[in-house]
Amino acid sequence: MATLPPEPVQVIKQRRDGALNRLVGAVPYIQFLGIRFDRRGDELTAIMPFKDSLIGNPRLPALHGGATAAFLEVAAIVELSWTSLWDAMEAGRLDPASVGADGLSMPKTIDFTIDYLRPGLPRDAYARARVNRSGRRYASVHVEAWQDNRSRLFAQATGHFLMPGDATA
Amino acid sequence: MPDRKTIARQFLKALPHSHALGMHLDDVGDGWAVLSMAYDPKLIGDPQTGVIHGGAVSALMDTASGAAVMLHPSAPLTTATLDLRIDYMRPATPGQTLRARAECHHVTRSVAFVRAVATDDDESRPVATATGAFTIDSEVR
Repeated sequence: MATLPPEPVQVIKQRRDGALNRLVGAVPYIQFLGIRFDRRGDELTAIMPFKDSLIGNPRLPALHGGATAAFLEVAAIVELSWTSLWDAMEAGRLDPASVGADGLSMPKTIDFTIDYLRPGLPRDAYARARVNRSGRRYASVHVEAWQDNRSRLFAQATGHFLMPGDATA
Repeated sequence: MPDRKTIARQFLKALPHSHALGMHLDDVGDGWAVLSMAYDPKLIGDPQTGVIHGGAVSALMDTASGAAVMLHPSAPLTTATLDLRIDYMRPATPGQTLRARAECHHVTRSVAFVRAVATDDDESRPVATATGAFTIDSEVR
């Protein structure tokens, strides 16, 4: 029995990056904050490049606590959407071109707790989220954010989310 | 000694991110502040419904809480968020201004405790509530 040849790497990358860009690009607030996502396989790193409008305390200067909170919440929601989208996309059940267009509903935040560990410096910030539990209706996500040094987090957060009705069905 | 509304206005004006989000100081008192944020398409978090992103609600709650700490009669010089928990009760109605009322209900020498509620036009049903702990610096070091 003949096995199918593996998909060319460009085709795979185009599909995955395309879906990710449409997911992120569809949300105005992510664009407003200037948040981008770096993808390695299925692993995402959120990046918030520094700009003056993110400053909260101009005397230090430090990132606004609200900007940090939003960054972490964006990282958590995108990770959660991405994780649920990934399996459907890779199994061929979801057309990656449909992402962001005719709707993929976003998970809704139930609660979000941010732990501010040190002031956010006026430079780029990075965050990675981990889905600790993802059920049919509820999900729990933890996010860690750092700047210059991966082991020196400046903020972390945990949130609970209500999953949208099966968007891939 | 500048009056408290001036203190709060200066506090808010000095925050570029709050300015970028279009926050406005509505009312203040001893240890409390009311801030509003008009609906703006750039704040949308769910493109399907037009509901603003939770992060924008968090930013409003965080700023209102910080202002409430600065307005406490103990007159702190600076403050920073230690921890903030936000509960989202329902989506904010698209098109409506969001208003957050924060109250600094207790302070110690180094910590301030805050509660906040966010509402849209229907004030009987909160959009979100928050509780937070803030640092306090009351002397120049």
